[in-house]
Amino acid sequence: MRQDGVLADYDPGSLFCEMLRPGQPPHSVLSLLRDRLRLLPIEALRRRAADAERDLLERGITFTVYSDATAIDRILPFDLIPRVITAEEWRTLEAGVIQRVRALNLFLHDVYHDRKILTDGVVPRELVLGNAAYCEAMIGFNPPCGTYVHVCGTDIIRDDAGRFLVLEDNARTPSGVAYVVENRHMTLRVLSDLMTGLHVRSVDEYGLRLHRAMTEIAPSGVSDPQVVLLSPGIFNSAYFEHVFLAREMGVPLVEGEDLRVEDGRVWMRTTAGLAPVHTIYRRLNDDFLDPDVFRPDSHLGVRGLMEAWRRGAVSIANAVGTGVADDKAVYAYMPRIIRYYLGEDAILPNVDTRSCAEPEGLAYTLAHLHELVVKPVAESGGYGLLIGPHASKVELEEFRSRLKANPANYISQPMVNLSVSPTLSDVGVKARHIDLRPFAVTGRDTWVLPGGLTRVALRPGSLVVNSSQGGGSKDTWVLA
Amino acid sequence: MSETVSASKHLIARHAGSALWFARYMERIENLARLLDVTKTFAGDAEGGGNWLSLLRINGDQSAFFAKHAAPEATSVAHFYLVDAENPTSVQTSIRYARENARTLRALISTEMWLQINVFHGRIRELSAIDIAPEELSGVCEMLKEGVQAHTGIIEGTFYRDQCWHFYMMGRHLERADQITRLIDTKFNALLPSATTDAAIDAGEWNALLRAAAGYHAYRREYPHGYVPREVAGFLLLNAAFPRSAGLSLAQLDWHLTTLRSRYHLRGCAPALGRLDHLQTMLASQTVDDILGRGLSPFLDWMQREIAALHEDIVTQLCGG
Repeated sequence: MRQDGVLADYDPGSLFCEMLRPGQPPHSVLSLLRDRLRLLPIEALRRRAADAERDLLERGITFTVYSDATAIDRILPFDLIPRVITAEEWRTLEAGVIQRVRALNLFLHDVYHDRKILTDGVVPRELVLGNAAYCEAMIGFNPPCGTYVHVCGTDIIRDDAGRFLVLEDNARTPSGVAYVVENRHMTLRVLSDLMTGLHVRSVDEYGLRLHRAMTEIAPSGVSDPQVVLLSPGIFNSAYFEHVFLAREMGVPLVEGEDLRVEDGRVWMRTTAGLAPVHTIYRRLNDDFLDPDVFRPDSHLGVRGLMEAWRRGAVSIANAVGTGVADDKAVYAYMPRIIRYYLGEDAILPNVDTRSCAEPEGLAYTLAHLHELVVKPVAESGGYGLLIGPHASKVELEEFRSRLKANPANYISQPMVNLSVSPTLSDVGVKARHIDLRPFAVTGRDTWVLPGGLTRVALRPGSLVVNSSQGGGSKDTWVLA
Repeated sequence: MSETVSASKHLIARHAGSALWFARYMERIENLARLLDVTKTFAGDAEGGGNWLSLLRINGDQSAFFAKHAAPEATSVAHFYLVDAENPTSVQTSIRYARENARTLRALISTEMWLQINVFHGRIRELSAIDIAPEELSGVCEMLKEGVQAHTGIIEGTFYRDQCWHFYMMGRHLERADQITRLIDTKFNALLPSATTDAAIDAGEWNALLRAAAGYHAYRREYPHGYVPREVAGFLLLNAAFPRSAGLSLAQLDWHLTTLRSRYHLRGCAPALGRLDHLQTMLASQTVDDILGRGLSPFLDWMQREIAALHEDIVTQLCGG
């Protein structure tokens, strides 16, 4: 078929394209989808993209960006051309994510109890016990179902060869799942003809599954547990998602001031007086949860919450202190951690990672700086990292001195040319790099939302997909 | 038997307060739009300046206004109420707080409600001095009224009628009761300076007063013979069928409080119900002539204080202060 419509000038070059699938056997659904895109004039796509953007603004599906004096509601740019994952690919991804979550939970239980993995020398003791995210208050504590990471967001990329690789585990309070569902609804609103007759797996079950997990981990002996979602409030940049999740679970969206601890139990202030709370899905960082234990100046949390939790009067998801498992330096050990606890190889490999805390790692990194990606271990959101191949001489030298000054703060990885997807830009539909963040929910067992958040780097050639760095998102279709 | 709303579903006290305020701010926008529109329409004649001044009196805004503007006329008053974001009684302030409360309640209200508020907020925020020039003013007031009326319709059609709805509705009725007493007080003072109840007053003035309360046609139907001050006062204060009369607003408030107490077992309703009972008795046990005979203004002052106290009772007892 002649290429026209939105794919007219599309050429991903040697990059792995999720839509064209070079070197893979033809797939009937993908072929059909490409045909539909070829029949869609680019003007029509632009018109629908404008509709979608207006719709997002009107619905207030926004995050707030604060600068010195102003607060601006911005939308996460949404690209209408979907990212497709085949049923077979999804089976691997799902199994890989579940395996990883199991290993993370076992690792956390171990480092807060017997520390066997440290004794056995698999993970350096200092890396764990000296970690800023290691929480003394968690030592010896047994969370219900042995689950620490109830909601996990695993950042996954795909390289030139189409191999899936894990880039990062997000085991604290990962965000983005609301966009997964809203993006699907947006597709159905403005581009449903693209999906007609295709069997794409639903994403509507998330709230139910999350609520079920929150019920499973509630303190024992409570027949109809009261779940709440704890948010920092309407000024938080992820507030839209907090609202979304509270609605989808059908539970109250509370702030710290709505909760109090009395007689060792947690209560919420209602119109009828105090009412008991059994599970808290918190979207507040560890530091802010309880001024008695963490930051005494924080008004966002609840005084006495940690003590009530440790006594088993309330359950909290995610557990406190999970940051020690998703640390960028610990990440390098994940394949070994999986093997240690599960006796299996990692289904989803890591990106080859070197820790600059180790002399060999530092030497290698300094010698190959121009071809590596170097990341500070304590940062997220794509801040403070170096992409060697894209950096100027001056930038490389600047970074070199920063790295030498504090090597333990950095890890390095080879630059992976992330896979691309056709994406609407000012100059037509072009190849843009993407990643994937599936969301895993764990109570007694782990369930993974089919697909996840596909983030797309909207700037030409950029490998940074974070929303703070000009990234957008796409609807993610898992084929049935 | 019909399926009842689960009485065990809790409402966060802070959310109850947000629902109450949400309704009050929305009601204020409609009310202000009506007042501006009517004043504009009837200010064409000689008494124009006086009419604009009395609009300021309704909200007790004279000093705030004169700190910024020289004389009350269409342009300055419209600016003060429609585009001045610093003025706490402007529609800019009202829609900002309405949206903030809606955002707080976002998990409890319908998507349609949120969407409409969001779009309405955007439209109001974009209003500039050019948009509110005297010849455009009626159109802007129309837009504001329609915006609130669309909101009210969405509330009617989509708001799940559990506790949160009751608090929203109480906010609406508190605001209406407050606004109507202010309107009567200001206008009767202006129209009856000597406190004589039977002075001949231009029909146009009564006309404007009733239109400002959206009660003109209902009044004509009820009293086709003409305007009698005591009948106008009685209609606005006590009429049981006029949607903005003080009496009807208080009766609605009573129903919501009683329902919250009986269906949801909210013991905190007691102080407000006690106060409301007294207020309703005071209204019901007097004729308009009694009230006018003893002085309308002191009575309305007392009512306004009681309505404010009702709001406080509800907020402190039920909404976590």
